[in-house]
Amino acid sequence: MTEGSLITDELRKLIGAAIGEPITLKVEEGAIQRYAEAISDSNPLYNDVEYARKSKYGRLICPPGFTGWPVKGQTGALPGRSSEMSDIFVKAGAPTRVLDGGIEFEFLTTTGAGDVLVSTTKVADITERETRMGKTMFITAETSFVNQDGKVALKSRATSINY
Amino acid sequence: MARQLYYEDVEVGTEVTPLAKIATTRMLVQWAGASGDRNPLHYDDDFAKAQGVSSRIVHGALKRAWLGQLMIDWIGEEGELRKLSCQYRGMDYPRKMKTMEEPHEGETWWCKGKVTKKYVEKDKHFVECEIWVENGKGEKTTLGAALVTLPPRSKR
Repeated sequence: MTEGSLITDELRKLIGAAIGEPITLKVEEGAIQRYAEAISDSNPLYNDVEYARKSKYGRLICPPGFTGWPVKGQTGALPGRSSEMSDIFVKAGAPTRVLDGGIEFEFLTTTGAGDVLVSTTKVADITERETRMGKTMFITAETSFVNQDGKVALKSRATSINY
Repeated sequence: MARQLYYEDVEVGTEVTPLAKIATTRMLVQWAGASGDRNPLHYDDDFAKAQGVSSRIVHGALKRAWLGQLMIDWIGEEGELRKLSCQYRGMDYPRKMKTMEEPHEGETWWCKGKVTKKYVEKDKHFVECEIWVENGKGEKTTLGAALVTLPPRSKR
């Protein structure tokens, strides 16, 4: 542990390691529609089953971001940011107050209703810097989502801010 | 849906068609349900104060969802969103409800963006944008970036 650093040796050892259990998400029509309704997005590809069936996608498709928090609503676990993962970080010495530090999604193929995604996560990086909240830690987790055809449908890199 | 946008329609500096959003306590509750983020930080003022913020705050992931809509609406059905990122730079506080349906007067948030780069690679027409959410004071509380493909008017 460096002098004055928040990053313990135990945390350092987690960098690059797989973390948490794989999460299986069955993408449901109703969940897509509730998501679109919650943000007031009237795109028919998220809302209108008949319209979506006649589209090139053949089904309701997922709005970008659907594979973030909404997975928690359905499975109880958040890809890249489960409470199980937070516990592991805190046990390894990370500060206990946590804010959402943003995320990057890379979409490789369309995901829609009826698809089944399995996500696995690894710790990509842990850094620290001084912020308004004092000494603050940034933990980045990289998650891959593999669909029922064995293809990586998307990847995400999520950052949690621990202070 | 809006009319289709083509690669030839945009240049570096072209504005993404802005999208207005109003965060309300009601929207936050709906988002908590749809997203499964039941952190009381987003609906309980006392809890939020104990966490060190002045009152309940808008979910970061909700603002990100707005930015996703901003890009998808702009690129049309023949465009494809390849990458979307965002970082939260400031707290936003939702309007309270006046009636079951109507919020009190207050802030409107604007999702905006601007083309930063366009290029063709392996026959795909890529456009990069910086995107952001502005609060009622014009402050950028959420910053992001997007990479999209657009169809060309003239297919080779």
